[in-house]
Amino acid sequence: MKQRLMILGLVAAAAVLSACGEKPQASGGSRYDAAPYAGVGQSPFQQPGWKAGDKTSWEQQLKARAQYGMNDYSRVATQ
Amino acid sequence: MARMKFICDAERCIECNGCVTACKNEHEVPWGVNRRRVVTLNDGVPGEKSISVACMHCSDAPCMAVCPVNCFYRTDEGVVLHDKDVCIGCGYCSYACPFGAPQFPSQGTFGVRGKMDKCTFCAGGPEEHGSEAEFEKYGRNRLAEGKLPACAEMCSTKALLAGDGDVVADIFRSRVLRRGKGAEVWGWGTAYGSAQGGTKS
Repeated sequence: MKQRLMILGLVAAAAVLSACGEKPQASGGSRYDAAPYAGVGQSPFQQPGWKAGDKTSWEQQLKARAQYGMNDYSRVATQ
Repeated sequence: MARMKFICDAERCIECNGCVTACKNEHEVPWGVNRRRVVTLNDGVPGEKSISVACMHCSDAPCMAVCPVNCFYRTDEGVVLHDKDVCIGCGYCSYACPFGAPQFPSQGTFGVRGKMDKCTFCAGGPEEHGSEAEFEKYGRNRLAEGKLPACAEMCSTKALLAGDGDVVADIFRSRVLRRGKGAEVWGWGTAYGSAQGGTKS
């Protein structure tokens, strides 16, 4: 009997005090952003020479572009 | 791939502002907002040095640390971006940034401070890649098009380098070795954590 009363008391306390808890305050934060190697779909601005969705080909494209466009020493050497 | 990085070679920069113009044109940045600027040290004095400055996409970004609404995020490529739908325009990031990168448009009523705008490394934002919404809020997403930032690609003297940190570091290292100086480039220590950077011009 005493045990039942204790359980009933705990259940009642849980029900009464449930409204006293804090609501979650975490802000939504930023939304998910797709990876750049996913490409921009059917766009005339998409650079040819790599395959959208293929991370390795995208990385190679950027590396080759940086070497060709910014490393004038390597450009001189190849000409 | 390493992290995406900018570095400006002060030995090459001629203060032409081509990077600034390329950025404004590429992203149709509004009047009064400059995602990139050219700063000249000892202007008018023989030996003056110029550097092109924008968001350096810090590895431990102070703007991210102070943002009260957690609108910033870092991509797997190390590009620090933000969500304008979450930003409240408080300006804390502007106080925290050592490069003065965060910009605030003031075209609203009573000069209201709008949502923060900054360099995106031409990586757009949290909208569908290549969409109209992404362009209007963040500008072009050149990375997703397989290109590098417009500022660096338009730099006439190739002073401004952008791309994979390993590639950028290799290009810069080869220049320093050939000319025998320039390892103390401004901003290197801040962006790459080198102890020797940022002490001399």
